[in-house]
Amino acid sequence: MAKRIDVTDVDIFYGAFHAVADVSMTVEPRTVTAFIGPSGCGKSTLLRTLNRMHEVIPGAHVQGSVELDGTNLYAPGVDPVAVRRVVGMVFQRPNPFPSMSIFDNVASGLRLNGVKNKKVLSEAVERSLVAANLWNEVKDRLGKAGIGLSGGQQQRLCIARAIAVEPQVLLMDEPCSALDPISTLAIEDLIGELKEKYTVVIVTHNMQQAARVSDQTAFFNLAAQGKPGKLIEIGSTEKIFSNPDQKATEDYITGRFG
Amino acid sequence: MSASITGTDKVTLTRPSGARTIKNSLAAVYVTLATVLAIVPLASILYSVISKGFHLITSSSWWLQSQRGITPRREGGGLYHALVGTVEIALICAAIAVPIGVLGAIYLIEYARGKKVARAVSFAVDILSGIPSIVAALFIYALFITVFGFGRSAIAVSCALVLLMLPTVLRSTEEMLKLVPDTLREASYALGVPKWKTILKVVIPTAFSGISTGIVLGLARVMGETAPLLILVAYGQGINFSPTSDVMAALPTMINSGRDQAQQMPGYERVWGAALTLILIVMVLNLIARGIARMSKLKEK
Ligand SMILES: Nc1ncnc2c1ncn2[C@@H]1O[C@H](COP(=O)(O)OP(=O)(O)OP(=O)(O)O)[C@@H](O)[C@H]1O
Ligand SMILES: [Mg+2]
Repeated sequence: MAKRIDVTDVDIFYGAFHAVADVSMTVEPRTVTAFIGPSGCGKSTLLRTLNRMHEVIPGAHVQGSVELDGTNLYAPGVDPVAVRRVVGMVFQRPNPFPSMSIFDNVASGLRLNGVKNKKVLSEAVERSLVAANLWNEVKDRLGKAGIGLSGGQQQRLCIARAIAVEPQVLLMDEPCSALDPISTLAIEDLIGELKEKYTVVIVTHNMQQAARVSDQTAFFNLAAQGKPGKLIEIGSTEKIFSNPDQKATEDYITGRFG
Repeated sequence: MSASITGTDKVTLTRPSGARTIKNSLAAVYVTLATVLAIVPLASILYSVISKGFHLITSSSWWLQSQRGITPRREGGGLYHALVGTVEIALICAAIAVPIGVLGAIYLIEYARGKKVARAVSFAVDILSGIPSIVAALFIYALFITVFGFGRSAIAVSCALVLLMLPTVLRSTEEMLKLVPDTLREASYALGVPKWKTILKVVIPTAFSGISTGIVLGLARVMGETAPLLILVAYGQGINFSPTSDVMAALPTMINSGRDQAQQMPGYERVWGAALTLILIVMVLNLIARGIARMSKLKEK
């Protein structure tokens, strides 16, 4: 189920602004890859090109290729909507749909894609909420509004919503940055479980988190403000955190700049 | 040391000086007076309408009978004929203005946001929202009656009211759609939901209470408009259901028809009854709008 991602010579633009330059990397199936680097270096931007979410912003475009098990997502004739069905995403801030209940939030991806069968829906909702470690907290109030939950619960609700459609890749952009340490741990545990089924790419500013959850770490940096961000180094998390090849990586991880 | 507004290290916490106390109370008196001045005319209008009209609207014949065959000197009859006209005209107006306004706003915000077209249309709508009702009425008169050669009718009135209601609906829908955060749209796209479905199932339900409040308030505003009724249809005392006929009563024209009667005549009293009824209808619409807004808030809990 999980897919392999090959990013080759990718350049990303916002209108005329060159945000990310010349990135190539490979993400193996059933692994967790962490993107780290200083603010503004293009981690979110690159993440959003992996499910063609980048082009939602007017004027934004991408050059190069992103292959999912060999299929180029940016080839002509590829439907971005279909791509997003396969590559799911969890955002920095929890964003449950305010007009929907907890149940409807989790079911929304399936429902809006045409699944009507009640049994299928309720099974998918339970399975996703269990997987997101939220089932026990909400099973008695599935009909209540999703935005009535706490921030940490909302974020797990959004994770449940993202995995309910059974994507093959899950992208997470700083999923814990708005959360307390306990909710953060719950989500980190969850990421550990998710990688048994999905390919996970996560952006984080928390070095310990990157070290705890990821198998592979990519360090990005930018030469100066207004210059494009670049991939400096990518390797196994163990290597990046103990013995990186680049001086900049070591400086960043040990907190000497950035 | 950081700068301090007192300038010294010593902090004084004594009560304000006499001059400041006086200025403060003067300002309080002034503000209170202004508020009272603003409320007095409103309260007196309400008082005279209620005191003169209330006894009429409590009888069932007021709501169930027309003014057919009733002269200003005679008591009795009701406003059923005008109610029929007002409701019919408002519904036809809403049936045209709401879809155009809501769909137009969706186009401007969801598809053409920031583009030249959107700015041009928004500018035109702003101008349209300032036109006096009599100008809208004359425009429809010129178009329907002079150019196309149709007769006067309730439909023509509805069309003039559409010109007045459309900017309100379009503008308020636009504002409500703008309030829906982009993160919700992106959350929906990330689930592989196409844009049109995202708008239909995520954006509109999120903005629903605001949109419907805007519609109801726009309707309430348009119901009291008089100029289009005077110009585009004749007032009749009997009941007529056909919107294409050239005679159709409505509350504002019922008020207008009795207003030049002598003070003591029953016909004059009925003016106040009709005015009170119109105020009540508008008030009920406002309450409905508030109810919709509150209901969606309750759901969040
Ligand atoms: N919508 C946008 N329009 C134009 N420029 C943008 C937009 N979003 C981001 N950028 C620019 O692209 C560059 C990369 O931004 P991005 O959000 O990817 O950084 P990031 O690494 O995720 O930073 P952070 O760690 O703060 O989230 C920045 O210079 C940013 O100003
Ligand atoms: Mg970011």
